Amino acid sequence: MAIAKAVEREPVSPSDKPRWWPTMHRALSFLAVVLTLCAVWEGYKALGLAIDGPALPCGLTKMPVCPNDKSMPHLWTIFNALVQPVRRGETEILLVHLLKAALFTWREAATGFVIGSLIGFTLGAVFGRFLLLERSLMPYIVASQTVPLLAIAPMVVIWGSRLNWPAWLSVSIISAYLTFFPVTINTLRGLRSPNPMAVELMRSYAASEMQILWKLRLPAALPYIFTALKVSATASVIGAIVGELPTGIAEGLGRVLLSFSYFFTLGPEKLYAAIFGAALLGIVFAALIALAERIVLPKSRRLSE
Amino acid sequence: MSNASVISISNVSKIYNPGQDSRVAALEDINLEIHGGEFISLIGPSGCGKSTLLRLIGDLIAPSVGTLLVNGKPAPQARRDRDYGMVFQQATLYDWRSVSKNVQLPLEVMGYSRAKRETRTAEMLKLVQLEEFGKHYPWQLSGGMQQRVAIARALAFEPSILLMDEPFGALDEMTRERMQMEVLRIWGATKTTVVFVTHSIPEAVFLSTRVVVMSARPGRLTRIIDVDLPQPRGFETREQPRFFEKITEVREALRREEVRGGATS
Repeated sequence: MAIAKAVEREPVSPSDKPRWWPTMHRALSFLAVVLTLCAVWEGYKALGLAIDGPALPCGLTKMPVCPNDKSMPHLWTIFNALVQPVRRGETEILLVHLLKAALFTWREAATGFVIGSLIGFTLGAVFGRFLLLERSLMPYIVASQTVPLLAIAPMVVIWGSRLNWPAWLSVSIISAYLTFFPVTINTLRGLRSPNPMAVELMRSYAASEMQILWKLRLPAALPYIFTALKVSATASVIGAIVGELPTGIAEGLGRVLLSFSYFFTLGPEKLYAAIFGAALLGIVFAALIALAERIVLPKSRRLSE
Repeated sequence: MSNASVISISNVSKIYNPGQDSRVAALEDINLEIHGGEFISLIGPSGCGKSTLLRLIGDLIAPSVGTLLVNGKPAPQARRDRDYGMVFQQATLYDWRSVSKNVQLPLEVMGYSRAKRETRTAEMLKLVQLEEFGKHYPWQLSGGMQQRVAIARALAFEPSILLMDEPFGALDEMTRERMQMEVLRIWGATKTTVVFVTHSIPEAVFLSTRVVVMSARPGRLTRIIDVDLPQPRGFETREQPRFFEKITEVREALRREEVRGGATS
């Protein structure tokens, strides 16, 4: 008897929408969220104006958060600040200043991200292979994440200067400290994700442990690892910004945020602009990792979609 | 059909969690000789240890007592010599690999050259009549097609023994009957010795040269029934009176055990 050769189930998803539709849809919903947030900000300020009256000092406000222009500048004030010189008498505008600082911080964060991911992956792979090591070391790995970053940072800086590292490398180490943990946990989970039959299949081929790792466990772990890398990308930026403060690095976003917060009363819009810049850096970095995921993994294997 | 003993099981018992409260005697004192080119079905109620027996033969677990020789060697040696092809209830295809890459998996593990891998894969996909689906991914195939890929993968390295653990258990009745025909055709073409676990009586009778009936708690062999239906078998086999007689024979063997088990417990 001949087996029917027709495809028993239609492989391509039956959709009458054009191919660009999902991308378009995503862009539109992103835009909608941004516009809503802007509307909430300005709406809150308008409400404050109606209740408190114009230019009421913050101590007298009836609103939960002070809505006046000194503490919540208008969005257009913030945007305008971006194209003004950073300080009076300088030619460089704030936007360029922030971009330079962001790029500098990103270099530290990216280095830390790479170091942290490699360490995280190695730990995950070792724990996946040796249960005893996982049992004995995992509590310390978890505990390491409860130690405040601000306590770790000065120690790294001191060690770094003893070893004559460049200061930015110390920042990268601090950033790596925040990065490795999610990668360790998810690598471990991913390596253990294949079902027992998939492993038995390999055993029936008399495959070596290395072959099982490369041909089964690692490919199965990739979706989990990418999820961790996206989390780590944003964490690495936070780690780098915090790490810049005790190292006294002047070129990065950390110092920019610090000095703008000193002079908050003189120019609150500059601090807000810098905060957006820092947030944007984290988002862009995570988006880069998401892009790499799209290239490496087919759609059916991505965990987040 | 050669008559040399290919699988020789003597006095094999398997106890899970020995010495603990959760101790389970999964198999007790199993003796069985399987000859080259036979098609053996293991049938019995759930918990009778039929899958355990299959895993023992394939050296995925070790026996607590007894000896298990495969092609004259201890089972672990046979596994290292790649004497087994395995097919599970789920196709267990790796979903990041295309259909051809899945069939190539054992060949990669065993270090076949690329050229050899590609010719073998093409032959195997032809054997299971999926030659046009090499570039598809597992999720693009129906359950029956996935199971055919799993069979192609199991046979790719020409193992002398094919171990199948309820391979069609998850398929609908019509697909299941087609797959039974398919597996008989492949068995006829490859001369492989097949050990097949099932809990379907007609399936066991239709496919097998011998049906091994097992009982539960502890798992024992209770009867071995020769199925002397003519080869090759086809649709008309299912309509022969002899087919129904054999089904009745297996059913009664299973029922007797059930009654006896009920009386003692």
